[in-house]
Amino acid sequence: MSAQLSPSQSTPQSPASGWRGLISDWSSDRQAFQVSWGKAMMWIFLLSDTFVFSCFLTGYMTVRMGTPVQWPNPSEVFALHIGGADVPLVLIAIMTFVLITSSGTMAMAVNFAYRRDRLRTASLMFVTAAFGAMFVGMQAFEWTKLIVEEGVRPWGNPMGAAQFGSTFFMITGFHGLHVSGGVIYLLIVALRVLRGRYEHSGNYQIVEIAGLYWHFVDLVWVFIFALFYLW
Amino acid sequence: MSTHSDQQHPIGLYLKIWGLLFVLSTLSYLVDYFHVESYLRWTLIIIFMLMKAGLIVAVFMHMAWERLSLVYAILVPPLCLLVLIVLMATEADYTLALRILYFR
Repeated sequence: MSAQLSPSQSTPQSPASGWRGLISDWSSDRQAFQVSWGKAMMWIFLLSDTFVFSCFLTGYMTVRMGTPVQWPNPSEVFALHIGGADVPLVLIAIMTFVLITSSGTMAMAVNFAYRRDRLRTASLMFVTAAFGAMFVGMQAFEWTKLIVEEGVRPWGNPMGAAQFGSTFFMITGFHGLHVSGGVIYLLIVALRVLRGRYEHSGNYQIVEIAGLYWHFVDLVWVFIFALFYLW
Repeated sequence: MSTHSDQQHPIGLYLKIWGLLFVLSTLSYLVDYFHVESYLRWTLIIIFMLMKAGLIVAVFMHMAWERLSLVYAILVPPLCLLVLIVLMATEADYTLALRILYFR
C-alpha cells in the first residue's frame, strides 16, 4: 500500500523549513503547562530572576564568610535616632510592612479583576503602586543616610568590612529597580483596566500576571530582610 | 487555554494571609529587638523567612492551585542553587583561612 503512495501524498502537508518551520514548530498546538502563554512566560521570567537574586545573595554570603575584617552590625547600621534613643532596624521594619501591605492589596486587586469589578481592581492597583512608590522613597532615604551621614561606599565603609558596601548597594539597588519597574508596570495595567481595555474580551488575566511579578518583588524582600538585615 | 484560570477565592483568605505575614514579620523583627543570639537566632530567622516565602508563593501567587507540571517546573530548578550555596560556602571558608594565615 505504502509503496503506491507518492511521497507528497503520504505527507500531504510536509513541514515547512527555515524560519517558517521554526515559527510553525514553536507556535504549534502543543503545550506542557495548562496555563495561558502570558502566565507561563511570567513564571519563567520570575524563575530567571530567582537565579539572579540567589546569585547576588550567594555572593554576599561568600564575601561575608571570606572576610577576616569585622562585618558591620546591620541592627546598628540601620537604626534610626528617634526621640533620643536608637531604635534598631525601624526603617527596615516599616519598609517590610509597607511591601507586605502592597502585596495584600495586589492579591485583592486580582480577586476583583476576576469578578470583573473594573473600578475596584484599578483603585486597588493604584494603592499597590502607591505603596511601592513609598517603599522606593524610603529606600532613597536609607541610601542617602548611609552615603551622606555614615560614609558607606561600594568600595568601603568606616564600620568594617569593605564588602558590606558593595553587597548592600548591589542587592538593595537591584531590588529597588525591580520595585520601581513594578510600580510603572502596575500603573500601566491599572490605567488599561480603568479604560476598559479588557472589557471586550472579558479576560482580566493580565492583572494576575502583573500580580505575580509584584508578589515576587515582595518575596525577594523576604529573603533580603532575613539574610541581609537580620543575619 | 486554561480551564481553571479563574483564581476565585474569598477575600477573607487574602486578609488572613496578609495578617499572618504581618505577624511573622513582627516575630522576626522581635528576634533582633530582643537580641536573640547564635543558633536560636539563625534558626528563628530562617523559619520565619521560609514560612513567609511559602505563604506568598502558595496563596498570593496561587501556586497551591496550579497544576503539578507548572509547580515542579518552577520549584525544582532552584534546587541547583543549593549546590551553588554549598560550593561557595566551602570556598569562602578556604578564602577566610588563607587570609587569616597570610594577609592579616
